[in-house]
Amino acid sequence: MELILSKNWGAPNRSAYASLQKLFKMTPAQVIEEVKASGLRGRGGAGFSAGVKWGFIPKDTKKPIYLICNFDESEPGTFKDRAIAEKDPHMMIEGMIIAAYAIGAHTAYIYIRGEFYKQWEIVEAALKEAAAKGFLGKNILGSKFDLDIYQHRGAGAYICGEETALLSSLEGGRGYPRIKPPFPAIEGAWGCPTIVNNVETLSNLPYIINNGAAAFKKFGTEKSSGTKLISASGHINKPGVYEVEMGLPIRTFVEEYCGGVWKGRKLKGLVPGGSSFPVLTAEEAYNVNLDFESCAAAGTSLGSGGFYVMDETTCMVRMLQFTAKFYEHESCGQCTPCREGTGWVSQIVKRIEEGNGRDRDLQLLIDVSNNMMNGRTICVFADALAMPVISYVTKFRKEFEEHVRLGKCPYASTMVR
Amino acid sequence: MNFEFIPENKRKFEEYLKRYPQKKAVLLPALWLVQEQQGWISPESMEYLAKLLDLSHAYIYETVTFYTMYNKKPIGKHHIQVCNSVCCWLRGSQETVEQIKKKLNIEVGETTTDKRFHLSTVECLGSCGTAPMMQINNDYYEDLTEAKIDKILKELK
Ligand SMILES: Cc1cc2nc3c(=O)[nH]c(=O)nc-3n(C[C@H](O)[C@H](O)[C@H](O)COP(=O)(O)O)c2cc1C
Ligand code: SF4
Ligand code: FES
Repeated sequence: MELILSKNWGAPNRSAYASLQKLFKMTPAQVIEEVKASGLRGRGGAGFSAGVKWGFIPKDTKKPIYLICNFDESEPGTFKDRAIAEKDPHMMIEGMIIAAYAIGAHTAYIYIRGEFYKQWEIVEAALKEAAAKGFLGKNILGSKFDLDIYQHRGAGAYICGEETALLSSLEGGRGYPRIKPPFPAIEGAWGCPTIVNNVETLSNLPYIINNGAAAFKKFGTEKSSGTKLISASGHINKPGVYEVEMGLPIRTFVEEYCGGVWKGRKLKGLVPGGSSFPVLTAEEAYNVNLDFESCAAAGTSLGSGGFYVMDETTCMVRMLQFTAKFYEHESCGQCTPCREGTGWVSQIVKRIEEGNGRDRDLQLLIDVSNNMMNGRTICVFADALAMPVISYVTKFRKEFEEHVRLGKCPYASTMVR
Repeated sequence: MNFEFIPENKRKFEEYLKRYPQKKAVLLPALWLVQEQQGWISPESMEYLAKLLDLSHAYIYETVTFYTMYNKKPIGKHHIQVCNSVCCWLRGSQETVEQIKKKLNIEVGETTTDKRFHLSTVECLGSCGTAPMMQINNDYYEDLTEAKIDKILKELK
């Protein structure tokens, strides 16, 4: 299979910036149409059409327009943007030039999580190199199009990956999400029209411009065109980042890419798209494919492609405990249902895991979760814990009940791996 | 102790001012410069930035406390941050934490008496495929084993 995103990994990117020749012969409107036609959907979690989002930028705006590359990558299970930045940062920069040209942005920022210091250095060097070769700065390749790209380092807050929190952080304050609407495309950074796209979304653009929307659409399924980087971790033999064609069956992915479940054990469950989405049982997972529609039909999401696997010895209560701990730690605290809810969920699951759970705790977990969801909060972070909670408690109910009945964790002895 | 940027950082600060349409946006990058210069964000450095950026001390303090990576007090020379989040736990990060605690004879959140090491546990560092893993200052150490941890700690002494 010809790959789109990882084709230069392990070899220098000889064709870097080749798409720009073609780009500057197109009008921005043509670029937007081409990207719409490609069916490219956001790879940052929500799967929204990139071209459609760009089209929301007001046509007659007098304000500056900003492009932001979201490289906050902090969701448990997700480590694929990092691979792009480390192995082919020019693909991302080239993609940013394309997006900026399409929307009319002359300043773009890469919001990179603070912990990624090495990656920050790599991208910084790549930006310098690109500028030295005339791909950034004034009048790029004689096109009269100007673009400057700067990196903005976060400082350890998962919520800053949420696009409006990112804007708050970029502007120099706490990373607080903002109520939508207004959407960033209308009123984003400093009140100006702003497009936020994920690293991987942007990195697909050079291929689309070079080869056309039709070539891109040959990959994948009807509603999920192209390929997807899947970052695979947990109980498998070969963790890593793999580029797969959208629509690949999960079973094939686990067996052929991940080298199967480790230690010859059986699969108990897996999360296909990052910790913010419901878990799948083994039976469910092996009927699902790696694309947006198949994952959605199974009640979960391809999300960011943060794929992690749990073998048959995994305590699912503890799994949920660790998931809840993350959300409790990362809630920005602005909304009561989220701030309190993430804390309660965390405490209740902990008490069940430690053998102090009560019969009514299971229902309590579901009730608290229901109270956190569906628009009761400023952003969907609260849903991102509530949905997984409901999935673990309903799909692995027996395990939760057993903890309560025994007054201890039946898996304690298998903790040391 | 008074705080002032060293000339190199003052130059970088001026450079950052050109990157954003509003001064306030330089706050995060400026805080990073402070931390690079002295290892933590002291009250005096916040006063200093307040003047440079026309912000109130309270605003800067609020911002600093929101972000986990800005050190609110001086910490050991080597800040060990073990990821103990979902996917690292699946690959044994709790044992990693226990091993390091034992080797350094400190609890999580403590600094060794010689001030060389400070131990924290953190949430996902975007390195789940090479778990268990830790970050020490700016560097990631991945696919950890007990032998590897010994070697790393020895080399950092
Ligand atoms: C809590 C939360 C965290 C998020 N973290 C990230 C992230 O780290 N990286 C990212 O690209 N998108 C993240 N998103 C999604 C962004 O809000 C936004 O949808 C995305 O960056 C848009 O880019 P795309 O359309 O190219 O996917 C997050 C969303 C939420 C609600
Ligand atoms: S839902 Fe949670 S993370 Fe989102 S704004 Fe409200 S408190 Fe903050
Ligand atoms: S869970 Fe530890 S790096 Fe992601």
